[in-house]
Amino acid sequence: MSSFRSGVEAAIPALRRYARALTRDAETADDLVQDTLVRALRSEHLFHGGDVRSWLYTILTNLNRNRLRSLARRPVITLLGDDDAPDMSGPEAGSRDIERALASLVEEQRAALLLVVLEGLTYREVAEVQGVPVGTVMSRLARARGQIKAFLDGERPALRRVK
Amino acid sequence: MIDRDLPVSEEELHAYVDGELAPDRKAAVEAWLANHPEDMTRVNAWHSLADAIRTRYGAVATEPVPARLSLRQIERAGRSWRGMAAAVAIAAFLIGGFAGWMARTIAAPSRPAATLTTDALDAYKLYVVEVRHPVEVPGSEEAHLVQWLSKRVGYDLRIPNLAPVGLKLVGGRLLPGPNGGAAAFFMYESVSGERFTLYSTRTNTPDTALRYNSDGPVGALYWSDRDIAYVVSSEATRDRLHKVAETVYAQIEQPPVR
Repeated sequence: MSSFRSGVEAAIPALRRYARALTRDAETADDLVQDTLVRALRSEHLFHGGDVRSWLYTILTNLNRNRLRSLARRPVITLLGDDDAPDMSGPEAGSRDIERALASLVEEQRAALLLVVLEGLTYREVAEVQGVPVGTVMSRLARARGQIKAFLDGERPALRRVK
Repeated sequence: MIDRDLPVSEEELHAYVDGELAPDRKAAVEAWLANHPEDMTRVNAWHSLADAIRTRYGAVATEPVPARLSLRQIERAGRSWRGMAAAVAIAAFLIGGFAGWMARTIAAPSRPAATLTTDALDAYKLYVVEVRHPVEVPGSEEAHLVQWLSKRVGYDLRIPNLAPVGLKLVGGRLLPGPNGGAAAFFMYESVSGERFTLYSTRTNTPDTALRYNSDGPVGALYWSDRDIAYVVSSEATRDRLHKVAETVYAQIEQPPVR
């Protein structure tokens, strides 16, 4: 197996993880990874060395952006069911919080945040994936973190009331 | 020496959390946080957020890879956009979703050129989101495409080869041009998914050199040469747009006018 191909194969678990967090739906996430792999394998001749992982993240991020443009806009709050769950404490509630919080971000902020904290890319690597300067990555990160904090602060009073 | 009063920037707080801080600043940041509880609270919240994200999604990378993502399977099946498109609701025209683009102003040197650029930008925005039908005739039928559109626009079109800038021809379509005429519209795409469009039509504006206009995130470079106008549009950086437009310009040499 060529080193390009084995590099692609080695990246699949991480791509699945990134796609799952980006889309918050297992089926959509694996669709995205599949389309990324199809494109990657077809374009081996266009890949001119460097980090295969970064290149794959770039393809996946752009495919997701195109996918989102094609979707009719839906309100963020309908993404998850079970808003009436009686027990809003415990790890499950936290998990739903995170999903909703990520859903509240605009795409480029969500991608920047996930690439840094979940995928462990450096700011410079994220800048290459997103095709923007490092400063823009940092401001996206700052806005993502600010937005999530505001979102979760807004949620907590509701949780306290249920208790 | 640690100067506890040396201001620590917002960027450094983020960099500290993300392990991107220059090593010689670590002590200063930690001293700052010890003295600024509000910033310490925020930094702790960012740590917690990172932990929560990793806890929620980290395990996905340890799952066995599903069969349909094995490379052998991928090569065999070659799944296309069609499958993805079927799984989601496709809105062909995202009028409602891009309210910002509705309130657009375009500054241009002349009314006809401005209108023409607006038409080209409108076409870009309309078709760039298309997953299933971005073009009418695919790039694989390039000979037919150029013959058909040349006849409609009334001059010999040249479809530039943009492989040198990493772009492949997706295909083309016919669009209404100014004054009831016809325009040729081509779409190109890179392997990472960036899209460029080329819009060309007859014009009676004077010849111009490259002119730049934008509409929100979409940029367009316009020029006209012997009564034929060209507009290259994209959401890429201005430098990238310029490079691609120059390649287009270089390849379309002096089209004969009928």
